[in-house]
Amino acid sequence: MTLAPARQPDKVSAPESKEKRSSADTAFQAIVGGCSLIVLIALGGLVVLMGVGGQEAFRTFGLGFTFRDVWNPVTNDYGAWAPLFGTIISTLIGVLIAMPLAFGTAFWLTAIAPPKVAAVVGTAVQLLAAVPSIIFGMWGFFTIVPFMARHVQPFMMHHFRHVPGISLLIHGAPFGTGLMTAGIVLAMMIAPFMTAVMRDVFGAMPGMLRESAYGLGATRWDVMWKVVVPWSRTGMIGATVLGMGRALGETMAVTFVIGNVTSVGWSLFAPRSTVASLIALQFPESPAGSLRLSSLLALGFILMLLSFASLSLARMLRKDGK
Amino acid sequence: MSDMTTSSSGWAPNANGARRRRMDKLATLLGMVAAGILVLVLTSILWTLLSRGISGLSAAAIMKPMGPPGSGGGLANAILGSLIQTFLALLIATPLGLGCGIYLSEYGNRQNRFASCVRFVSDVLMSVPSILVGLFVYQILVAPFGHFSAFAGSVALAILAVPIIVRTTEDMLRLVPIAMREAGAALGATRWRVTLFLCLRSAKTGVLTGILLALARVSGETAPLLFTSLGNQNWSFSLNRPMASLPVTIYQYAGASYEDWVQLAWAGALLVTMGVLAINIAVRLSARRG
Repeated sequence: MTLAPARQPDKVSAPESKEKRSSADTAFQAIVGGCSLIVLIALGGLVVLMGVGGQEAFRTFGLGFTFRDVWNPVTNDYGAWAPLFGTIISTLIGVLIAMPLAFGTAFWLTAIAPPKVAAVVGTAVQLLAAVPSIIFGMWGFFTIVPFMARHVQPFMMHHFRHVPGISLLIHGAPFGTGLMTAGIVLAMMIAPFMTAVMRDVFGAMPGMLRESAYGLGATRWDVMWKVVVPWSRTGMIGATVLGMGRALGETMAVTFVIGNVTSVGWSLFAPRSTVASLIALQFPESPAGSLRLSSLLALGFILMLLSFASLSLARMLRKDGK
Repeated sequence: MSDMTTSSSGWAPNANGARRRRMDKLATLLGMVAAGILVLVLTSILWTLLSRGISGLSAAAIMKPMGPPGSGGGLANAILGSLIQTFLALLIATPLGLGCGIYLSEYGNRQNRFASCVRFVSDVLMSVPSILVGLFVYQILVAPFGHFSAFAGSVALAILAVPIIVRTTEDMLRLVPIAMREAGAALGATRWRVTLFLCLRSAKTGVLTGILLALARVSGETAPLLFTSLGNQNWSFSLNRPMASLPVTIYQYAGASYEDWVQLAWAGALLVTMGVLAINIAVRLSARRG
């Protein structure tokens, strides 16, 4: 275990002689260090293998692979833009809906609700965060999709069809599937998670600040908006970015509700696909060693980079916040 | 921090009393609506699951293996497959996660670059899209051997479970008071004995919680199993062959056009959700008591 660093003196070290630091101790450190090394290798391997697997796609189409708007298994011509577009837009919609939901819930739970009610609602929200993503997918497919197809889309078409700009966003047949539906389901998945992080952030603020504001006669909303939010701004953004990271890579929930058509366009109600859903659907039918498989792995590599970037951002913000 | 509160000067708490009270009422209302929406979503999910799933949840559905549409098949092999794969995943992930967590808390002080690197990597792994873990395991354990296997599925689940166990183990061990370690050392116990028999023992509940949460997380995972253990229509106990699992079966059946398959998918979804939520509730209850 040469990679295990030299043991540094720390808080525990009792005066122990050279021979007292027994071989069992060294072995123990080697074992737990080895476990850490395996974890390190796992991620390293993940990144490297995605890159290596996608190499052929990048070599064939160049780096422009990322922005090519074509996905055609018949002519063996691939580009990442359509699924990437779907991932980015559905994630944005999800985060835009989830952020006010999470903020409102966290505000209500920490400042307004009576403790007993807050405990029950808080538990419910945490349980919602634990529901497996495939269940969200089925629920979305059987509940949200028909609702969108029967009510929301006809309503939007009826009222906004002739409004310039908005009509672009809503045109298309009312399938019920599409970016908007995916965004809504994603929002319901990440909002409980973001709520939990925001509650922690709010709770980490010294109570003194809050109390002094109340003492000055501030209302609960005043305290929230003018004391708690400025104090915990970075933490809240961090929570949002963490939620975004989840939405980016979500597979099962999205696959059920997005309609799975590889195309790019303005309409939020037209079926699209995301990186993760495309991988889930097309991977099983892609023969080993084919250009298609390599393109899917290249997509995975891009997704990896996106999620890595969002996590690094969240960590940076969390460190600043402290 | 005082500069932050004073920086919003120009804010006189007693001015515009009526307007501020109105804002407060509005914000309270909106906050309640937000919380209400989330509770409503949970209720809607549970209601959908119960109303559609409960009628399919018969003894036959649990006892009989999967079969062709219309033949009165069940979910038995999928349930057992899920149990085997999840159990094996925990068997792999627990020692690894414990070891890594112990290393980070006991040897990973601030100057240790390797430890902070591992900590970062573990965090990344915690938020890595699960489908990418599936692709990764496909490339190392499926493609080279030329066939899907239950073992590959377990490894994929284990990769998802390890970072959760690492995080809770490290956090819980850090909570153990230094006095306890010093007392152990003063009695002449070697370091590994102090770590294992004093620290880990007193942090037992917290560490166990982490393992249970990891179990809850991976038992509903579908995406990483799609390319690794694949699914299987028949009984299979071999780790070297494709094995059915409940989430993958739900995925295959929910999109099918056969009435009885869709019915089974809902029954399976109900089972998985109840299992996952039960673990979460149990963890919360024990945490409250602890």
